[in-house]
Amino acid sequence: MKQTLPSRREFLCAVASCAAAATAAGCSDLTHTGWFQSRFREMSEAEKKDLVAGLEKSNTARFGKEVTVGVEPPMAGAEFGYALDISRCIGCRRCVYACVEENNQSRDPQVQWIRVLEMDKDKGVDFAHADAYYDAEQVPRDGHFYLPVACQQCENPPCVKSCPVGATWREKDGIVVIDYDWCIGCRCCMSACPYGARHFNYAEPQIPAEQLNPKTHYLGNRPRSKGVVEKCTFCIQRVRNGRYPACVEVCPVGARKFGNLLDPDSEVRAVLENKRVFVLKSELNTRPRFFYFYGL
Amino acid sequence: MPSALGRHPGEKIEVPPPPFTEGAFPCTDCHDPEIPVNRTRRPMEMAHAEIVLHHDEEHRWCLDCHSAESRDKLHLASGALVDFTESYRLCGQCHGDKYRDWRAGVHGRRSGEWNGHKTYLLCVNCHSAHAPKFQPLKPMPPPVRPEGLAGRGEPK
Repeated sequence: MKQTLPSRREFLCAVASCAAAATAAGCSDLTHTGWFQSRFREMSEAEKKDLVAGLEKSNTARFGKEVTVGVEPPMAGAEFGYALDISRCIGCRRCVYACVEENNQSRDPQVQWIRVLEMDKDKGVDFAHADAYYDAEQVPRDGHFYLPVACQQCENPPCVKSCPVGATWREKDGIVVIDYDWCIGCRCCMSACPYGARHFNYAEPQIPAEQLNPKTHYLGNRPRSKGVVEKCTFCIQRVRNGRYPACVEVCPVGARKFGNLLDPDSEVRAVLENKRVFVLKSELNTRPRFFYFYGL
Repeated sequence: MPSALGRHPGEKIEVPPPPFTEGAFPCTDCHDPEIPVNRTRRPMEMAHAEIVLHHDEEHRWCLDCHSAESRDKLHLASGALVDFTESYRLCGQCHGDKYRDWRAGVHGRRSGEWNGHKTYLLCVNCHSAHAPKFQPLKPMPPPVRPEGLAGRGEPK
């Protein structure tokens, strides 16, 4: 019986001519976005400009308000570090919800980048006995302390190594970012991350238009789609414009500290030089840029 | 003498206004300098009855911090007068370690820019001067358990 499938040569020719036809037909927004989009890291400034213009247009139409998408590059001379005082944290979860609002996480299904773990004072930092689902009339509860965990912005990030398509990488300022348009949703990074810091959009993310934060960054809080992984970026859209992350400014006990590790006068440097500091799972050599300390 | 400055000479600390009870400031609206000062330690009855001191109350009393001579000011142990906007200098007399950490940005909360203009909170913006222990809060709701998330099966 004669083989009726097209040969490899015929197939490729057909694909090429379709692509040529689409380009010739003037589908200009197909050149840098959608099917023909190249890797963000390899884009020229002009390509990024085109890309952002397209995203701003589609998001503005979708949410009915002016959405901006920034592509601010890392600042020269800045490497970000974060310090959290676990002797102060009372587990009130204000940071969790400020983060959701700032970074446009899906409300339904719920996605939260910060997880606050309640731990027993008797056991110390012990993930096996930690509870993220505690509820109480008042916190802190007797005999407990609280340890919020989000992306640790590792200097040696296992998630980046595990990504088969290079959709996640570490920027010069130390922020580990994700190109949501390049992510294939394989979730290898999620299983590689020892901190459970990466979150997957199992369904189409829902954000009420009035709650959308319209000031976004391409590598940060711009609206995501179903099937991509996301995580904390130190509020890249804020910190690359000089501002503190949202969680730092909302914490009612002032347990959260953010700053430039290269600046000897920054708050994080003061913590690193004067306080008892540790990182989570130091034995894994991930070298987090997120430090925990005892301020008391 | 404690410095009103930040970590560097000349660095000014910008703080929000002190959290006065409405109508309480200026104190001289009620405290006429002509009226002689009653320096006897006593519970407040006529005015300020709502203030119950829980701040080393065995040893401290109003006039240890509030100036009896200049009613709109506080005073240090040395007798030097301090504005309410610089009350951290007064707190720092006893809580020197916290004062040092606060000036370095390790204690307390700052907002603004990590590489530029920052606003500090005063000690009294978080800790009532009369009962400084931080009050417990109601936590925000816990996260939805994975089995209850939309797109991942029915909630249990």
